[in-house]
Amino acid sequence: MKMPAEDTTAAPLISWEKRLQPSPVIAVLVPVLSVFLALGLGAVFLAFTGFNPLEVYQNMLHGAVGSRYGFSETIVKAIPLMLAGLGVSVAFRMLLWNIGAEGQFYMGTFGASWVALSFPELPFYIMLPAMFIAGCLMGGLWACLPAIPRALWGVNEVITTLMLNYVAILWVDYLVYGPWKDPQGFNFPLTVSFSKAATLPTLLGTRVHLGLVFALMAALLLSIVLWRTRWGYEIRVTGENASAASYAGMNIKRNIILVMFLSGALAGLAGMSEVAGITHRLQHGISPGYGYTAIIVAWLAKLHPAGIILVSFLFGGLIVGGYSVQTSGVPAATVSMLQSAILFFVLGGEILTRYRLRIGRKGGK
Amino acid sequence: MTAPLVEMRGITKTFPGVVANEDVNLAVYAGEIHALLGENGAGKSTLMSVLTGLYRPERGEIYFEGQKVSFRSPRDAINKGIGMVHQHFRLVAPFTVTENVALGLKGGFNLNLNKIAQEIGELSREYGLEVDPQARIWQLSVGEQQRVEIIKLLYRKARVLILDEPTAVLTPQEARELYRTLKKMAEQGCAVVFITHKLQEVMEAADTITILRAGKTVATVKKQDTSEKELARLMVGRELKGLRQKPAASRSATVLSIEDLRVLNDKGLEALKGINLTVAAGEILGIAGVAGNGQRELAEAVAGMRTIVAGRITIAGRVLEQGNPLEAINAGVGYIPADRLDMGLVPNLGAVDNLLLKEYRQERWGKTFIDRRQVRLWARELVERFKVRMAGLDVPVKLMSGGNLQRLLLAREISTCPRLLVAEYPSRGLDIGATEAVHRLLLEQRAAGAAILLISEDLEELFRLADRIAVMYEGEITGLVDTAAARVEELGLMMAGAKRMEVGA
Repeated sequence: MKMPAEDTTAAPLISWEKRLQPSPVIAVLVPVLSVFLALGLGAVFLAFTGFNPLEVYQNMLHGAVGSRYGFSETIVKAIPLMLAGLGVSVAFRMLLWNIGAEGQFYMGTFGASWVALSFPELPFYIMLPAMFIAGCLMGGLWACLPAIPRALWGVNEVITTLMLNYVAILWVDYLVYGPWKDPQGFNFPLTVSFSKAATLPTLLGTRVHLGLVFALMAALLLSIVLWRTRWGYEIRVTGENASAASYAGMNIKRNIILVMFLSGALAGLAGMSEVAGITHRLQHGISPGYGYTAIIVAWLAKLHPAGIILVSFLFGGLIVGGYSVQTSGVPAATVSMLQSAILFFVLGGEILTRYRLRIGRKGGK
Repeated sequence: MTAPLVEMRGITKTFPGVVANEDVNLAVYAGEIHALLGENGAGKSTLMSVLTGLYRPERGEIYFEGQKVSFRSPRDAINKGIGMVHQHFRLVAPFTVTENVALGLKGGFNLNLNKIAQEIGELSREYGLEVDPQARIWQLSVGEQQRVEIIKLLYRKARVLILDEPTAVLTPQEARELYRTLKKMAEQGCAVVFITHKLQEVMEAADTITILRAGKTVATVKKQDTSEKELARLMVGRELKGLRQKPAASRSATVLSIEDLRVLNDKGLEALKGINLTVAAGEILGIAGVAGNGQRELAEAVAGMRTIVAGRITIAGRVLEQGNPLEAINAGVGYIPADRLDMGLVPNLGAVDNLLLKEYRQERWGKTFIDRRQVRLWARELVERFKVRMAGLDVPVKLMSGGNLQRLLLAREISTCPRLLVAEYPSRGLDIGATEAVHRLLLEQRAAGAAILLISEDLEELFRLADRIAVMYEGEITGLVDTAAARVEELGLMMAGAKRMEVGA
């Protein structure tokens, strides 16, 4: 008897195999691991540029949460991320790729500032609600601009929401460099300070403002809407399977517009909280890219409201930690790099939830 | 006896929680047509995916011409001469036949399409696979597309051809033509394996039959040594009950009437070219025809999901407005779409949310808020009544088997007591047990006085359930007969457009 010869095309050591069902463990593990992998990648860069990565990370951690001040600043940075992150997450849930949170944020600051600057005499109990509404409304309407053509003619919202960011930013720039510029501001691109009534109350002498409550409430309300109401049910079904939604007679076009409005309104509220809570005036470059970071936040949190609160805190810490190490010469771009690296690993890691990595020549032996 | 061309020994392949193949043996010889027979979920497709390198088995060996082989990918398999025609064709619609054949070929930047086209012409003459090498895929019928898939394999010098349920999309005549082609390939020294669960097909076309049941090889038999009855017993593991006598129809008032209906398909071409049909309460009207002749558009139009270009759909006296699914639902239309997971269900949501899909608007669950606890109780009751088996009420339904998915869908559509039920290929891809359950449910609805529009490509099913059968061909009704007076051959000819009769509706 002749032994069959081993085939020359041996199987490789590593191969991919499709999972029959996505693994829930991996789904949680991927974001967590991504953060660590990103830190690892960042460490390589830091080491190359002559820093001790461990020391830098330690300083960052200390800067972000090591002191009362640092901790409160981390929350301050987390607030706009939470609100804008919740905003993009609603849209993402319906597979509406709203990349325009940045612009909606700016329009929110514009709406709130318009109220504060036009009616400085208002008492706080009218002023703040009016700014709240104006911020949400402007953000929401700004998001409706791309939502309507998307709903009616299928115009790609990725492009339109992104382009409108520049329009919104330049609009605010026009105002602060032009008609709204503070005459006593030494020509800096900022408006006059808001009246006292137009500032959000803060917590225990820190800069943490009422926006935190807005964000936590928004997360709670959003969870209730999504999982307890008819409308939330429609959103979830439409996002998972649009043809099933139209099969069930749901009005998808209307929901596209409503969801985008809500998404923009939350980003607008983030902008309102920022002007009323932190800067107390409208100024050039009021967002360091919160609207874009919010996309990473929402994705990392798998669009889950509670997750967005947690991840925002992490990213707020990254920003604050980044500031604190800049004094020792670490470039400011390190933080952006870490943020992007995290997203990069999360997206790359998604494949692990759908495929399994097989190691070994063949099974069973 | 000669050695087998391909041999699989002791193949075991498991997926999380399921043993798809357990210690399966299969030997296929050159020159034979080998049928792989089994119910859905018996592990036929898994076994063939292992053979073509799509999956790697945990245990077991594959020998090709006596040599042990191990495939990493379908490319390795096709390089050895093992190729598969999948149920869903893998063709690029805007490309020509030649370009599709050339796709993925090895060998530099130079692509001599003319030479390939010429070779395709030779191959198709040799094997009787008529197809124009310059035609674009979207212009071809399903049967022709299947030929392209076969040519693709022959062009790559495949010696083992595997076909996954090849006749599911063909008319009886086209199927016969396919069998002739397969025979010719076997005569040329190829081995042909085809996957099926249709007994009649096995007896007509196969030389050798291997039966799989619950992931294991049950038997390998020669056709001349067996009978349909024995095969059925081997496949199901028990004797099949004879066809139950269907109770007489109690036809009464017309529920659905369709007048001169014209509808476009997704490409903007006319899919229905003036259709007239009526369905009465307590009647099942079967729509026969090869898939893609306008059946889907008909079902969607009745369910309010397609804009009506001309004509009229009336349901229980209410004229259906332009493409409004909600109105159809409110008029009492239940719709079982062909693609369960694409349209009928939401794969990532659980059974509760899926049962709620049309129900959620009902005031009894609350006006704004949905009373989840009440809904759960109701869902559990439905699941029990319709015997849907699942791991849990909140486990994503995409993990359920086809039969259970269909039960869940039927549970939802039937629980609302529809006046009209549109069932599009309701037993497609289901095993015998699940098919029987679906048939029973449809007959129950008929007895309860619902009008049923049953679209099917399975003539046996239509004969079993329908009171009348209409045949659709290229967007027209080419025949309408009482089931009692219908003949398979005649229907087959009408399905192929070779015959038509005057239809008064």
